[in-house]
Amino acid sequence: MVEKALKGTKRYWTWIGFLLFLILIGFVSYLFQLKEGLGITGMGRDISWGLYIANFTFLVGVAASAVMVVLPYYLHSFVQFGRITILGEFLAVAAVVMTVLFIVIDLGQPSRVFNVLLYPSFSSLLFWDMVVLSGYLLLNLFSGWYTLDAEDKEEPPRRWVKPLILISIPWAISIHTVTAFIFSGLSARPFWLTAILAPRFLASAFASGPSLLILLCYILKKFTKFNVGKEAIQKVALIVTYAMLINFFFLLVELFTVFYSAIPDHKGHFIYLFLGSNGPGMLSVFMWFSIALSICSLVLLIRPETRRNESLLPWICSMVLVSIWIEKGLALLIPGFIPTPLHDIASYVPTLPEVFITLGVYGIGGLIITGLFKIAVEVQKSKEKRI
Amino acid sequence: MKRRDFLKLAILTLSGISIKPFAHLFTKPVFADISIQRTNKGLPRWAMVVNLSICGKKGGCTDCIDACNRIHNIPRITNPKHEVKWIWNIPFDRVFREQNFDNMNEGLREKSVLVLCNHCENPPCVSVCPTKATWKREDGIVMMDYHRCIGCRYCIAACPYGARSFNWKDPRPYIKEIDKGFPIRTRGVVEKCNFCEERIAKNLLPACVEACKEGGLIFGDVNKEDSEVRKILSTRLSIRRKPHLGTEPKVYYIL
Repeated sequence: MVEKALKGTKRYWTWIGFLLFLILIGFVSYLFQLKEGLGITGMGRDISWGLYIANFTFLVGVAASAVMVVLPYYLHSFVQFGRITILGEFLAVAAVVMTVLFIVIDLGQPSRVFNVLLYPSFSSLLFWDMVVLSGYLLLNLFSGWYTLDAEDKEEPPRRWVKPLILISIPWAISIHTVTAFIFSGLSARPFWLTAILAPRFLASAFASGPSLLILLCYILKKFTKFNVGKEAIQKVALIVTYAMLINFFFLLVELFTVFYSAIPDHKGHFIYLFLGSNGPGMLSVFMWFSIALSICSLVLLIRPETRRNESLLPWICSMVLVSIWIEKGLALLIPGFIPTPLHDIASYVPTLPEVFITLGVYGIGGLIITGLFKIAVEVQKSKEKRI
Repeated sequence: MKRRDFLKLAILTLSGISIKPFAHLFTKPVFADISIQRTNKGLPRWAMVVNLSICGKKGGCTDCIDACNRIHNIPRITNPKHEVKWIWNIPFDRVFREQNFDNMNEGLREKSVLVLCNHCENPPCVSVCPTKATWKREDGIVMMDYHRCIGCRYCIAACPYGARSFNWKDPRPYIKEIDKGFPIRTRGVVEKCNFCEERIAKNLLPACVEACKEGGLIFGDVNKEDSEVRKILSTRLSIRRKPHLGTEPKVYYIL
């Protein structure tokens, strides 16, 4: 089936060319980082994780959210999700590949990455994250690929595909839970030390991932004949609505405990996030922007007339995406580090090479999505021709 | 080779590799025993006492810090973001924030307090490390393997004391005089105070303790009943950093 991704219009190849260009810039910047060390990024001794880990966290969510289409389709035989499910699985594949890349580019000694396998430490959540992420990658790759392969050959899918899909459902929950545990188990960082973190991660994942999926479906509909159907999109939009509501509720729950108990160690981080240290800084502006976006999108999603408006929905989904990218990206990471354990304030601004490397990883993800979606579209096309 | 044979071989190889991590279950861990002094029957438990009524009397004294920096090849990087620190000074009100109150003795509030790795009894950095590049030795010293560390900085996130430093760039150009007795780290790995385990192995006191001529730093084995640290800790009131986290620091402060 791979050959299907190698034939395309001029527009298709221009898009591929653009992605390759992004990857090239990212790669060159990465070579620079390899040579000089992570000092070329904006990170430092106080804020020791930045843009890379922020995107990692966000994308684990996107990957996990495939379950929101897989589950209704395979467990509840929700037939309208027939076409969108394969897209969800392929989106998960691309997202997991990106998460792994974001981890590797964040390492100071990437050539030693296999030490995680040679000297595994079962008490480390990072070890378990590697286990669940690689498992999830294989599960989605195999189930997506062989489902499509069977469709292409007009055969029933192989016997082992269905069990893989069923395993992938709880597995999706596990990848985001383990990722939340990386943060929520650290006594040193009261901002993350909260049991609601894993549920919050899942809620925001089930809002952001499906939003991205809706956007991708619109793009496919615009440029190809592949249409997942209005019904499917509307159902996914409903999932986004509920997930956004729950996510917002969880945020309020967290804020209640922190501010009512008023323990200085906990409160300090939230005050820094919302108000800054000496007047609002960049981060506070971002956070309020994120909250504004999530309230706006919630209003638009809850009203049936706006949610069902096909020309408005892509905008709503974009708002959800940006809002959550901020909320569980840098707005999750930086306040975890600031104030520091020594009650210091430091600032973090990503550098240009850091941004280029990040864009390069998104370029690779984009390339994987493009290739896999192209194959799905072509399989569909040839199927329609035969009919 | 047929596809089926290849798959068989691949599965066999992979399962072989996956057994490896469990192989150690059947062997006893081997520790470099040479560095553990058996001063009494049990294993030693190293601890340090910082006497704040002595330390800082000589205004602006940094003898201990300088000694440590010199023998451990610690780079002098001026950019605060990329600094590497094993032992350094911080005002009292930031080390012991929970002890702060209005109208407290101003001298104490602003007093410089030495901070370093606490060599916790329950070190959070050790449990989070994905490669066991940082581990707790039988005598309680929390160690770093600069050659195994992959530079994920999870330990930095996990340390409640900010005691760990990452090599954001190659440290070599920032070391004035290289001490050949101690390894120079490479960029991309984490490091921290090692309680001078290389000196303890030779029956010497940690460099900072030795450098303090005023006797403001006391080091020894708390498991030994007649050791100086043990005597001080059992007779005087001491405080530790963030005791509520249950990490059980082994650096004590007396006022």
